[in-house]
Amino acid sequence: MSDKAFDKLNTLFVFLIVVVIIYPLIFVISASISDPAAVSTGEMWLWPVDITFEGFKLVFNNDAIWLGYRNTIFYTILGTLIHLIILLPCAYALSRKELMAKKFILWIILFTMLFNGGLIPTYLLIKSLGMVDTIWAIVIPNVVGAWSILVARAFFQQSIPDQLVEASKIDGASDFYIFAKIVLPLSLPIIAVMALFHAVSLWNQYFIALIYLSDQNLYPLQLILREILVVNEIGADGGGEAGLAESLVNQVKTAGLVKYAVIIVSSLPLLIVYPFLQRFFVKGVLIGSVKE
Amino acid sequence: MPHNLQDNPPIKHSRFNLVKKRMMKSWQLYVFLIPALTYFIIFHYIPMYGVQIAFKDFYATEGILGSPWVGFEHFTRFFDSYYFWRLLKNTLLINLYQLLLFPLPIIFALMLNELRNGPFKRWSQTLTYAPHFISVVVVVGMLVAFLDPITGLVNHLIVALGGESVPFLTDPDWFRHIYVWSGEWQSLGWGTIIYLAALAGVNPELHEAAKVDGATRFQRIIHINIPSILPTIVVLFILNIGKFMSIGFEKVLLMQNSLNSETSDIIQTFVYQTGLLEGQYSFAAAIGLFDSAINIILLITINQIARKTSENSLW
Repeated sequence: MSDKAFDKLNTLFVFLIVVVIIYPLIFVISASISDPAAVSTGEMWLWPVDITFEGFKLVFNNDAIWLGYRNTIFYTILGTLIHLIILLPCAYALSRKELMAKKFILWIILFTMLFNGGLIPTYLLIKSLGMVDTIWAIVIPNVVGAWSILVARAFFQQSIPDQLVEASKIDGASDFYIFAKIVLPLSLPIIAVMALFHAVSLWNQYFIALIYLSDQNLYPLQLILREILVVNEIGADGGGEAGLAESLVNQVKTAGLVKYAVIIVSSLPLLIVYPFLQRFFVKGVLIGSVKE
Repeated sequence: MPHNLQDNPPIKHSRFNLVKKRMMKSWQLYVFLIPALTYFIIFHYIPMYGVQIAFKDFYATEGILGSPWVGFEHFTRFFDSYYFWRLLKNTLLINLYQLLLFPLPIIFALMLNELRNGPFKRWSQTLTYAPHFISVVVVVGMLVAFLDPITGLVNHLIVALGGESVPFLTDPDWFRHIYVWSGEWQSLGWGTIIYLAALAGVNPELHEAAKVDGATRFQRIIHINIPSILPTIVVLFILNIGKFMSIGFEKVLLMQNSLNSETSDIIQTFVYQTGLLEGQYSFAAAIGLFDSAINIILLITINQIARKTSENSLW
């Protein structure tokens, strides 16, 4: 195959892959502002048909969705803050060579990557700590992983010059002072990377909330989505409640409308933000892959 | 007093003092470790200690320590049950299927790397990263909508082409395909990041030399690019194996229904169901322990193999 033909074929294939990946997202966007009848009959398949914003109106008038949104934002911010407060000092201390018993401490942390107690013992612990049905059940378990500590530590090792720390120490600065005034201002990229990764996982997380929360007022957005998108749907399929009464048909129609609008409302913040922060995300993946 | 200096005890003593002095000098660093170590001990090591309920009959009133030992009773009950082989088969098959797709991000990265048009390459990357940021709940919600037997887009297409509507989400035969390929949709683009970085590090002189020798683009990919990123591939492959048995259970749970459980019942959803929904804590903990034991054995084995056959391993 000539190089030119190779080039053309390759470009074509990449283009096709991109189209296949992006099509479902375009469909969801179009469906969210189309007449639900046109969506469910298959008439709408790419561009919006009979544009309507009813779905978004229903979503914005729904108290449960608002509450879930507010909860998710709150959990994401609080959880990310706690994540950084636990992660950064620990990773910095582990990056300093004067720290003794470093191997042992690292081993304690790394071992949790290899083995964990599992779902049931963890659940029993959270329960016995009285954290069930509190925000702490959402933000504290998995607040920091061994992987994040390794990544942040690698960053500190590579980008905080040893001489800088040594010189400050000779000038009489304490480790607290050095960390707060010298190290952190030099570490904004890693702080951004770590905060972003953790925030994305908190935003998209549903399972922890599913097992630890029963109070609906605490439900994060993803649990509400689960009810709208998955539980109701499958329930309606199997339950034989698809009666032909007019009101039910209407309900199904609005359900169709709400479904796509709610996907947009919940996913849009991340989808809008990530292209601008892409270099941080890419950086995070890359430092994460650097072998010790 | 030269005699005293030769004595052992004072030297030991001074070494101890030295350690103490060194620690005191940087005591604040140890304070930095306290929050993280507290977290790991409470939320990781206490559950590890709690794993002993797998060998006990756990009663909430007796606590972990007070509950009576029963040895391997829960394990044998699990191994002897009629669903054991089904759970194991489903768990292994879905993970193997997933593992089979491991080369796809590598191939896609190689393709992206050959693009000569900068903006097109950047757009392709950014757009294919998008699904990575969508939650599993939304992905499953989209599957439910797209694959609906009556209103779903896919079935409209099948019917338009003269086929018959397929109840994808309630058909056990379709479960694995849908699970694995929707996962690939989410992770294909994102998975290229590491490989693209590795490809950017390939020595350009190798390519120049091969060009002089008349190698085509395709030959250069096969003989230069792939061998150059092989270490990265091996490490990521081991990491993938490490996640074997524990992959994407939250999504399985969302996709599961009574009609597809024949293939969608995996060990972890079973742990969730028996433990948290039915309250059989000890039995479920035993099954979970069995699952992580397989996981560790797999990871250690594959790492050992990698260390023997190539120079790349995790430890």
